[in-house]
Amino acid sequence: MTTSELTLPPKARTPRTRRRVMGAGKQLHAGPVTYTVLTVFALVSLAPLVWTAIAASRTDRRLAQTPPPLWFGGNLFSNLRTAWNQAGLGTAMVNSVLVAGTITVSTVLFATLAGFAFAKLRFRFSGLLLLLTVGTMMIPPQLAVVPLYLWMADLGWSNQLQTVILPSLVTAFGTFFMRQYLVQALPSELVEAARVDGASSLRIVWHVVFPAARPAMAVLGLLTFVFAWNDFLWPIIALNQQNPTVQVALNSLGTGYVPDQSVIMAGALLGTLPLLVAFLLFGKQIVGGIMQGAIKG
Amino acid sequence: MTGSEEALAHSASSAEAAPGNPPGAARGAHGPGGAAADSWRSRLYRWDMKGSPYAFVAPFFILFGAFTLVPLLYTAWYSLHNVQLSSLDHQTWTGLDNYKNLLSSDFFWNALKNTFTIGVISTVPQLLAALGLAHMLNYRLRGSTVWRVVMLTPYATSVAAATLVFTLLYSWDGGMVNWLLHFAGVGPVNWRESDWGSQFAVSSIVVWRWTGYNALIYLAAMQAIPADLYESAAIDGAGRWQQFRHVTVPQLRPTILFTVVVSTIGATQLFGEPLLFGGVSGSKGGSEHQYQTLGLYMYDQGWIVGNLGKASAIAWSMFLILLIIAAVNLLLTRRLRKSQ
Repeated sequence: MTTSELTLPPKARTPRTRRRVMGAGKQLHAGPVTYTVLTVFALVSLAPLVWTAIAASRTDRRLAQTPPPLWFGGNLFSNLRTAWNQAGLGTAMVNSVLVAGTITVSTVLFATLAGFAFAKLRFRFSGLLLLLTVGTMMIPPQLAVVPLYLWMADLGWSNQLQTVILPSLVTAFGTFFMRQYLVQALPSELVEAARVDGASSLRIVWHVVFPAARPAMAVLGLLTFVFAWNDFLWPIIALNQQNPTVQVALNSLGTGYVPDQSVIMAGALLGTLPLLVAFLLFGKQIVGGIMQGAIKG
Repeated sequence: MTGSEEALAHSASSAEAAPGNPPGAARGAHGPGGAAADSWRSRLYRWDMKGSPYAFVAPFFILFGAFTLVPLLYTAWYSLHNVQLSSLDHQTWTGLDNYKNLLSSDFFWNALKNTFTIGVISTVPQLLAALGLAHMLNYRLRGSTVWRVVMLTPYATSVAAATLVFTLLYSWDGGMVNWLLHFAGVGPVNWRESDWGSQFAVSSIVVWRWTGYNALIYLAAMQAIPADLYESAAIDGAGRWQQFRHVTVPQLRPTILFTVVVSTIGATQLFGEPLLFGGVSGSKGGSEHQYQTLGLYMYDQGWIVGNLGKASAIAWSMFLILLIIAAVNLLLTRRLRKSQ
């Protein structure tokens, strides 16, 4: 993102004649109409989540009555406890942390290595390999699940966590994302200088590439964690309620594992909470990462 | 600009010098026996220079190949076989039978039609709303970061969690949506059973989850539009709306095309929302299959009915549809470039 500073020409219809402008269109102040419409959008974005918490604090019987509850009741903790114990959300949360954590570390590490090679090193077929990476970025997961299922069955791994970890250890998006970042953020002369000083490639990666890539690695880590935590199709095929991830447990809830609606809402709330906390803490970085990926992608 | 050119020149010259001047030699004096150590060092150095790029991309390509590219081909192979979940070891060659079977199946065409209609009623409002939202987020706002994060929170909600909540919101009696509608004088809608109602409900989950995300992508592109375009438009007397129509939208065209493609790909593989919206019998996509998508049909045939060969054929049909979309997109982009 380039930030250009410029002054508006006096003809522009703005109250002050000189002002710093970031990007285009920013010169326009938001009026009350804009704030109103944005508030409506914000309410629509947040209301279902708030209502999840309201529904999770009520009883199943209350949720079946009209009008639906609009404020919190007193059953939140008992419903959360039931979801945690009976619906397996407790095991699921631990499993999801393990799965999404491993996937995040591995994706970021390997994407940075490959992204660095694509961005700054010369080797045969690099153009072709990069094209392959980009070109296959959009292959739907449906194209992999049948063979994966058969292989995992052969290995006798059904219902074990490695079945959902292994296929997701790298993403084409991650490699491309790091490549795009390092092309700009890592000065070539820094790499060359380290070479001239006799540093091996591994030392260069450790002392030059990783420090330069750190902001993008953090953003990619956040995006990957969100993606891995929410991954749905393959986990519900590979795992079942005996050893679920959060999404598998939620799927069981949705298909009648526990018929109590307020417990189902408590489960949905629990399963979303870690990501909501992450958004609260790192929202700015996640927003930045998505916008960065958009411009460069 | 000049800085990076300098950097290029610098890196080119040092790269030229590098092979002849391994670091050991450049440092010079190594005392007695230095020559042998030097040649060993220079060889090591050359191996490192040549081999390390491959070593760096290898983990990615090994894992990516093993779990994405190879399965893609295996899926094609299985789609030409009879593979049943109940007897995985007996796989018999059937040629194109699975595909013929699909083409003559009403359920396949129904799923294809549903995927299309749900895709349209989820993608079009989503992208239009995202465009308007991005335009507003691009104004000078108090607390602009907070607004952006709030718009993105639905993206943090998983498909499963969001669908469970929306299913309850859309329930027949006691559901929030029907309760709100009754104030507008609209009788209760059966969101589960009715054709358009259920498709609308499923689409609304997609719209809710992805509008903010797409708005951020548009916002990023809007901020890259040169400010002088707006200035000259303003000088010409263009108001906000006219600036939006005549400056913003044309400048965003490549980004819009990009989001259309990405949303189309997402819509083609739509799965979790209709599955969980259907509750206990989710994989059928409603009692009349009224919202069974291709992704859902594949899961149903593969893991509920147990015909993995047919499921593979459905997966490859989805892939072929995506390839066609990609080709159309490529043509459109070329046209666009020519016309400019």
